[in-house]
Parts: sequence; C-alpha cells; structure tokens
Amino acid sequence: MSVDKDTVAKIASLARIRIDEAQSESLAGELSNILGWIEQLSELDTEGVEPMTSVVSMTLPLREDDVTDGGIPDKVTANAPEAAHGFYAVPKVVE
Amino acid sequence: MSDLTALTLAGARDLLGKGEVSAKELTEAHVAAVEAARPLNAFITETPEKALAMAETSDTRRAAGEAGLLEGLPIGMKDLFCTEGVLTTAASHILDGFHPTYESTVSRNLWDAGAVLLGKTNLDEFAMGSSNMTSHYGAVENPWRREGDNRPLVPGGSSGGSAAAVAARAALAATGTDTGGSIRQPAAFCGIVGMKPTYGRCSRWGIVAFASSLDQAGPMTRTVRDSALMLRAMASYDSKDSTSVDRPVPDYEAALSGDIRGMKIGVPKEYRVEGMTDEIEALWQQGIRWLEEAGAETVEISLPHTHYALPTYYIIAPAEASSNLARYDGVRYGLREPGESLDEMYEATRGKGFGAEVKRRVLIGTYVLSAGYYDAYYNKARRVRSLIARDFAQAYETVDAILTPTAPSAAFGVGDKMDDPIAMYLNDVFTVPASLAGLPGISVPAGLSAEGLPLGLQILGKAFEEETVFKVAGVLEEAAGFEAKPAFRAA
Repeated sequence: MSVDKDTVAKIASLARIRIDEAQSESLAGELSNILGWIEQLSELDTEGVEPMTSVVSMTLPLREDDVTDGGIPDKVTANAPEAAHGFYAVPKVVE
Repeated sequence: MSDLTALTLAGARDLLGKGEVSAKELTEAHVAAVEAARPLNAFITETPEKALAMAETSDTRRAAGEAGLLEGLPIGMKDLFCTEGVLTTAASHILDGFHPTYESTVSRNLWDAGAVLLGKTNLDEFAMGSSNMTSHYGAVENPWRREGDNRPLVPGGSSGGSAAAVAARAALAATGTDTGGSIRQPAAFCGIVGMKPTYGRCSRWGIVAFASSLDQAGPMTRTVRDSALMLRAMASYDSKDSTSVDRPVPDYEAALSGDIRGMKIGVPKEYRVEGMTDEIEALWQQGIRWLEEAGAETVEISLPHTHYALPTYYIIAPAEASSNLARYDGVRYGLREPGESLDEMYEATRGKGFGAEVKRRVLIGTYVLSAGYYDAYYNKARRVRSLIARDFAQAYETVDAILTPTAPSAAFGVGDKMDDPIAMYLNDVFTVPASLAGLPGISVPAGLSAEGLPLGLQILGKAFEEETVFKVAGVLEEAAGFEAKPAFRAA
C-alpha cells in the first residue's frame, strides 16, 4: 500500500496534526514503507478467527451506578492552559 | 563508589531492618548518586527534597514498628506514571508543565509500601521507541561502553532512563512500563533485570496511556530477587482499572526456591530469526544448557505465527495510541499553540507538541482505523493477535515456561537506526509476541558480547504464573553469575 502526499494531508487533518509540505513528503515515504511492511498480514488465512477483544479472559466488573467522585473542578482544570470559573476556556468559536 | 549504592534492593531492605543503616543515610547516598549520574540524562526531574522528606518519614514509621515491604528504599519512577504535584511529562513537549493532581495506583502502592522517590526517569516520548532517542528531553546514554570505544550507546527503550539509572547505581530500582518490550529490551541493553507481568496484574490507572490493551507496569532491578520483591509491592487489584485482575498477590520472593527439576522449558524454533548475531545464538544455547544442568527438560516448540507479531503490533499499538493521544488538544493539559479557530488551535498544538515518531504512529493509527481500512488492517491484526495468543496457549499445554533471547543484538550507538523506523521496530521481535498475548516475561543479564556489552535472556510464562517465571529466572541468574559492571557508575 502506497500513500501519497494528499493522503498524508488527509490523515493529518483527521488526526488534527499540522504538518508542512516537506514533512508530508517524507511522511508519505515513511508511511508507505511501514504500511507495505504490515501488508504481509494479508498472506495469513484468518477466516473464522475471532478478532481479539480482551487478552485476559475475564468478565468486566460491574458496580452500582452511583456518584463516587466529583466536586473538584479546580483540580480538574488545574493543568489547563486557560481556565475560568471552573471551566476550560477555548478560543471563541463562531461558525 | 559508595557501599550504599552498591547494595541490592533486598540487601538494603535487610540492612534497614537490622537498623544498620537509616532510610535517610541510604537516600542521601542515592540523591548524591542521581546528581553524579547527570551525564547519562537518565532523569527528567530530580526530587531530592521530596526524597529526603520521604526518607525521614520512613525512619519514623519504622521506629513506630510500621515498616512496609519497601520501607525506606529509594527508587526512580518512569516519567509516565502520574505523581501528585510532581512534574509528569511522558517525555513529550505537549505535556509541558503538567503537574498531576492525583497519584497513579502503582506509584501509590509503592509509597504505601514505604519506597522513596528519587525522581522521574527519562523515556521515549509517550513510551514510543526502543532507543530512548525520541525523548523531548534528549537521549539517555547507556552507562556501558564497548571495550576500547568511547562512543555513547543507547540504553534501549522506552524505559531507558530507568534502566540506565539502575545499571549506573543511581537508584536501587526503578519502575518501567512495557507495551511491546519497553521494560525487557532496555534491561537487556543495560545488564539489569526487567520484568513485565501478566496484563492486568498491575493497575494502569494514572499511567499515561500508549496502547491500553498492551501497556503493563513492572519492576527494573539489578537482581531477580529484587524484581520479585518490587513486583509484590506494585501489583494490586484496582477498581479504577477495569482490566486489572482481582487475584491475591503472592509472595514472589518465596517462589525463588532454585528448584526447577522436572520442569519443561520450551525453546521456540521460530525465534531463530534472520539478522540475529551468532553470539546471541550461542548465549541462547548456553541458557538451554544451564537450565538442563539444573534439572529442567528443554523441548523445541513451535509458535508458528511469530513472524507476524511485529506487523500486528504496529497496527494495534498505533491504532490505540491515535485514540489515546486524542486527549492532547491544547485544552486540558500542557502546551497550547494559538490558532484562528478551534481546529487550527488543535492542529498547531499537536503539530508542535508531538515529536516525529509520535506523529508517525498517530498517523498510522488514524489511517488503519479510517473508513475503508478498518477491516483490512485493524480487524485483520486483531484476528492475527488471536492466532498468536493461541500459539502460546498450545505451547503451554506441554511446557511450563519458554526461553528466548531478549533482543537480537547488544546496545547500538546513539543516533543509529534513526532513519529507518522498521529497523528500529525489529529490536522488539522477541518481546512483542508475549505482549500481544498478555503473558509475563523477564529479561535476565546472562553474558557479555565480544565487545563487552551485556546480553539478556528472556523467560516467558503462563498468564499469572509470575512465580514460575521468577523461579526459572533465578536459576538462570545463578548459573550465569553475571558480575560485569558498566563503565559509568554514579557515586
């Protein structure tokens, strides 16, 4: 599988990562190599094999649907680049 | 070199218990060693004041007769574990200034057991790498050098700072995390013991997530006994991690009986890979003889899908990473780069905050999860992962443990392999299969390369049979009698 610069730009935009022209050129080569290498999985017949969902066979634990935490907005937002009145602050969005 | 920094974790525990040394003295010696080890760049953040305060509290606790399992023992903490009030970076620019307001479960368990924090150790950015070269805080140097060659070598990765610090006697032990080999490969490169327990044995809560179905925390120490001691303190059931397993934590040290008579050890024929050096092959054969001399029976086994483990890993791990790293958006943590719109702010922040390898993996992950490719890549990889796990399950019907090399070569030079991501990925060829199957594995230093660098052998076990892994590893350690010391030693 080979990816071109336009594909790299499209993935980068899906991943919300800004990359410049030069980077998208070299990334196209690198990603093509990696995807070409992982392509070898297609040799394997996996018909009827269940995709793994959990590596350790276990039943996920359940608990009562109770409020067990909360009331700490200052702690939650303590590391935000910008916070105000117990909320995260972001640039104004008008669309 | 200070006698106190030359102690093993268990040896220091015993001296503290007899009252022959205080936690304060032990910690002061290690604080000095951390400082002396600065040329290695093994720590991102040193916490000397916190260490001394914790040591004094520890001495008080011991005097009151309340000594925990690791009471007064100074350790390094990989900078992937959130530590309350202490800078936590994951070695990424994007987490600039992040001071968690909570403590990871594993580090909490260690402090509850009495351990003392020396500092946060360097790693590959978001634990993505096998060389510690991708850290935003710079490469870590391996304390070992090739004979007659002073060029710096990598410590391996991603837990490279932890491995270098322990090998250089700057810490009695350190925590690591292992997603595809990030504890075992650096342990092998630095001549120490690195243990990845079964998936679910240690809580992942509060560990910066890379690939959630693979990530596991484990100890990095200088002996197998130390590893057993430290894992006991790290492991627990934790209701905050739904994949943590509710089973009692055994006394792993008690498993070190040295008696492996009658055990069956598998030697997988598919691990004889292209590009493996002759000395690794020779060491592996030596390991087989050691275990046989101790009374075990070795048998050739087949793990037929081994060849497909790395490509499977390089779909699953980036897919999970692309999802886990979506949270670094310039809103909740660390770095924010301005933009005209919200999307531009996200793109600018992530473009600037992530390094090259992290970007590569997030992009691969985004690609394999995108519409039209999800089945061909991601679901295919999950099916192959089932086959790899089945290989091990079938092998374990006849054997108790498996012996392999840890890595296909000794440590390589700082800056090597950086232009070829796939060559770098091949470092993990022997460690990734057990990660995909969630199984426990340990690397034990077993010999030196012709150039005088440490080489490791790996023991893999059945799920939640860490005791068997420790027991076999102890025998291997005893037989190997690895006494070589790195060129650089702190203090």
